Amino acid sequence: MQSLYNFVSGPLVWVAFIVFIGGSVWRLASLLSLAKKKDTYVFEYWSWSHVFSSIGHWLTPFGSTNWRMQPVMSVVTFVFHIGLILVPIFTMGHIVLLEEGALGWSWPTLPDQVADIAAFIVLGGCAYFAWRRFALPQVKFVTSPSDFGILAVVAAPFLTGIMAYHHIGDPLLVTTLHVLAGELMLVCIPFTRLAHMLYFVFTRGYTASEFGAVRHVKDW
Amino acid sequence: MSENTEMAASAEAAATFLQKVQAKAESDRAAGRYEYDKIEDIGLDEGIKKLTPERIETVINQVLQGECGARLRAYVETCVHCGLCSEACHHYLSNDKNPKYSPVGKVKRTIWMMLQKKGRLTPAEVRECSVIASTECNLCRRCLQYCPFGIDIAYMLQTVRRICSKLGVTPQYIQDTTHSHAATMNQMWVKEDEWVDTLQWQEDEARDEFPTIRIPVAKEGADFMYSVIAPEPKFRTHLIYQAAAIFHTAGCDWTMPEEPGWDNSDMAMFTGDFETMGRVKKVHYEAAQRLRVKKIVMGECGHAFRSVYDVGNRWLGWKMPPIPMVHSIEFFYELIRDGKIKCREKFPEKVTFHDPCNTVRGRGLHEMGRYVANAFTLGVVEMSPNREHNLCCNAGGGVINCGPPWKTKRVLSNKAKAEQLARMKDMGIDTIVSPCHNCHGGLEDIIHHYGLEMKLKFLGDLIFEFMVRPDSE
Ligand code: SF4
Ligand code: SF4
Ligand code: SF4
Repeated sequence: MQSLYNFVSGPLVWVAFIVFIGGSVWRLASLLSLAKKKDTYVFEYWSWSHVFSSIGHWLTPFGSTNWRMQPVMSVVTFVFHIGLILVPIFTMGHIVLLEEGALGWSWPTLPDQVADIAAFIVLGGCAYFAWRRFALPQVKFVTSPSDFGILAVVAAPFLTGIMAYHHIGDPLLVTTLHVLAGELMLVCIPFTRLAHMLYFVFTRGYTASEFGAVRHVKDW
Repeated sequence: MSENTEMAASAEAAATFLQKVQAKAESDRAAGRYEYDKIEDIGLDEGIKKLTPERIETVINQVLQGECGARLRAYVETCVHCGLCSEACHHYLSNDKNPKYSPVGKVKRTIWMMLQKKGRLTPAEVRECSVIASTECNLCRRCLQYCPFGIDIAYMLQTVRRICSKLGVTPQYIQDTTHSHAATMNQMWVKEDEWVDTLQWQEDEARDEFPTIRIPVAKEGADFMYSVIAPEPKFRTHLIYQAAAIFHTAGCDWTMPEEPGWDNSDMAMFTGDFETMGRVKKVHYEAAQRLRVKKIVMGECGHAFRSVYDVGNRWLGWKMPPIPMVHSIEFFYELIRDGKIKCREKFPEKVTFHDPCNTVRGRGLHEMGRYVANAFTLGVVEMSPNREHNLCCNAGGGVINCGPPWKTKRVLSNKAKAEQLARMKDMGIDTIVSPCHNCHGGLEDIIHHYGLEMKLKFLGDLIFEFMVRPDSE
């Protein structure tokens, strides 16, 4: 068990990061080169000022008309994504690992309790999204099993993280699972619909450019 | 018995128009009119008989993989299936929020299926795709403003139309207009001599009112070329008369082409027959270039504007139209702002304004439209939502052009608009101003079906009737 833990929290971390970063770069590069070949419009009409102002509105809670029309979904979406990004980056345990590991870097951390609450919020968000997929007909209609798969992939590191922090279950096992789950999520980002993290800038950005620069109208 | 009828009559009198719309929707539902599955259309029904499995597979893959690229891939892989785009679509809102009709629901029923089955659809599935793309989406692009990722659902459904067009499975009526474009370079099979005759006839008519008026045909070097959609010379000649009167009054130096190219409409764009679209747009731009005019002014039509400003030019390889062009909303706005047209007396009512998607989401002309409407009426009272968030009339995107078989579906699928109008009517507004031919067609049908008793006006109607006319007295 200990050796499995050592493997998972040692070499496998490197592999996960390499796949995550390499995969993301590759996915973006191949998307861009395909666009260059077949959708030259994207480059022709791209307009950074409109991209920034549109993305700014969409990344502001209640900044777009639809966010205002869907208040619950908006709040959940925002706190969920904030937690999703903050918790892994600013948790004491992670930074210690990085510092002690090869990188030797460190940065300020979130107080443990805040990180704990944020992790619960992320889990709550997953539960809410899962509920929507069952309960709202317009979401259910377009839901496939893979959508639940993705939710599970996202929930797993947070669930195991919470278990580890609150000493639920065998510590070594839970921690091993936690690290594995985190690695799985990283690896999944470029290769599943979690790639919306990467593609968001392009899809919204292109729409923003067309709406703003060509059609002279807001898209939020 | 007579007591009952009396009670019914008084109950009806007390009902608001909103209640009236809702009652009508109830009775439509009870009569089974919301079940659209059995609609026949020979363009579709005969079209699918000619399909072979190989042809279906080849064409779908040729378009999805050959013509489409990064955008389609990014849209399909980014969509998180959240359904947030649903509330944007009037088809969804009007059909009891049936998820089939949500924007992403329609993508699932077409593009996702094509990708999943690697293009191996049955003829019946191809028919269904054509029905969805041609009659359940107006390409109005409202959903782009509601999807957090800005996923272009209209682009995907337009791609489905292109596939269906290549497979020869397009609703009969709109296909007929596309054939007309291909054969005559105009939408309505108007012959060349008919066109010039019509202009001369309108000029003659107008001379009674404006003794020195001219409709200058093929005048080289004029300030602008005025182009219209073919239904104007065919059915609504008075609109050409009105435009001529306005330009005459404002002292404009203008012209209309003598040869093909006078029609700016474009149903080929909407069927996905881009080859024909390209030919038609080229002839339109070239007519203006041959006349050496400084710009094109387009009549009050939404889809034609999209085709000339946004779509046709790209197909022909121009980033922006090769010759400056404006929609008449903008042109009228300038005439009034510069004092070339003055209001003699205002239209004696407050009005509401229906924003055509193609001039609003397609060009941001909402404030200019209001400027003109406010100048010639007692004022605009806003419906909600409005401006760039307006709900489509459900005629646009070629949906009205799919013809009579689809009319009931089209009208019922825009109960949402009827409710919007009914709320205005309940506030005492009787007139809708909308600078788009298609919108007029769509709204008229809705007004009639739901008994809303409202009038429709073009901006040109208002200006023509209420402007100061120096030489008409
Ligand atoms: S483009 Fe308009 S009609 Fe089509 S799905 Fe989107 S909102 Fe509905
Ligand atoms: S809102 Fe966008 S991401 Fe969500 S289902 Fe609709 S198209 Fe997909
Ligand atoms: S007909 Fe009018 S409202 Fe309808 S799509 Fe065209 S421009 Fe939009």
